[in-house]
Amino acid sequence: MAKSDVKVLGAWPSPFVMRARIALKIKSVEYEYLEENLGSKSELLLKSNPVHKKIPVLIHNDKPVCESLIIVEYVDEAWSSSGPSIIPSDPYDRAVARFWAAYVDEKLFPALKSIGSGDGAEAKKAAIEQLIEGLVLLEDAFVKCSKGKPFFGGSQIGFLDIAFGCYLGWVRVTEKMNEVKLLDEVKTPGLFKWAERFCADAAVKDVMPETDKLAEFAKVLAKLRASGKWN
Amino acid sequence: MADEVILLDFWASMFGIRVRIALAEKGVKYEYKEQDLFNKSPLLLRMNPVHKKIPVLIHNGKSVCESSIIVQYIDEVWKDKAPLLPYDPYQRAQARFWVDFIDKKMYDTSRKTWATKGEEQEAAKKEFIEVLKTLGGELGDKPFFGGDNFGYVDLCLIPYYCWFYSYETFGKFSVEAECPKFIAWVTRCLQRETVAKALPDEKKVFEFVSVLREKIRVE
Repeated sequence: MAKSDVKVLGAWPSPFVMRARIALKIKSVEYEYLEENLGSKSELLLKSNPVHKKIPVLIHNDKPVCESLIIVEYVDEAWSSSGPSIIPSDPYDRAVARFWAAYVDEKLFPALKSIGSGDGAEAKKAAIEQLIEGLVLLEDAFVKCSKGKPFFGGSQIGFLDIAFGCYLGWVRVTEKMNEVKLLDEVKTPGLFKWAERFCADAAVKDVMPETDKLAEFAKVLAKLRASGKWN
Repeated sequence: MADEVILLDFWASMFGIRVRIALAEKGVKYEYKEQDLFNKSPLLLRMNPVHKKIPVLIHNGKSVCESSIIVQYIDEVWKDKAPLLPYDPYQRAQARFWVDFIDKKMYDTSRKTWATKGEEQEAAKKEFIEVLKTLGGELGDKPFFGGDNFGYVDLCLIPYYCWFYSYETFGKFSVEAECPKFIAWVTRCLQRETVAKALPDEKKVFEFVSVLREKIRVE
């Protein structure tokens, strides 16, 4: 299949874009990556995702797929004969993976964002507590899902590894910039080690942005937010 | 060994109704356990400790939470009858996208049409109509979101219909006047026995919403 048959519209700092790229790497799918300037969205992006106007968008034979977790499931299904399965095969395990992926997006990510949002010390403390509580829940989920193996998905990274792991860059940046430990060896020992394995995985390491680069970007973003120029 | 299927639910919940329709479509026998949301049962708290919400499907002792996840689970377990999601991966992605859109946009906006007043309510009404129009655009001239057949998106959206009377009465607007095609789709869905049986009476829902409004002191 020609490279241009598959395109990803993305932005390098986005954890959601990482999800799509990891899935494509697992399936050994070649694709054209198009970096979007989010201050000035391309015609292609606006045409491909008119409802949300967001990245990532996967365009396969000119047909767009939007929403990162939906893209991951699509890649898994469309290239089912290539590479290992991403989503668990058992329906119950699938439901559990989908549940925690939704949890991560609905609860953990907003908490992570509020830590760095500069809403005052009280709000920051509350957000940190909320995030750590969430991570403790995920630690328990990790123990149950991994069943002693290295990843949520078992011996290889799977749907939930991808869903949660893509946030690790931002978790590290938040830890560094706010001088706080979020992934703790004592409170979340399983996740702590899992994080290192995830970041080192062949499907991940080339698309995970460097923490320093992300930190620089986070500082720029914070300034833009403070000046009201970014939502 | 027979399957043991239990549904923890609340009669008026649009999310619970999705699960009831899905189970009916698949002909699955289950035990329905009505939950008191103002006084949550130990069973509910044990089966959904993270969110403490309904619906929860308990299948042979194992709980599945979050309505759209439950519906997909039902489709995958009881796969020999009445497929809910399309077979084609691209169509499946599209179906998931629209259910995600519904989940992101319908609940909060629709809630504000009865739970707020003044400018906030006006803004919510406009947004709600926009959401319905976007969905109408996606439906187009197809009989159902899934095409010729009732499917995942239809199933996830239709439960909101029993709340429309409440939105329209408290919000003072008419969905039929704003989006007639949408109401045509509703009528088609209601012709389906599984849907007609699963939706509670809209006047009962209205009574319930009136009580809720008092509880949260809207006026």
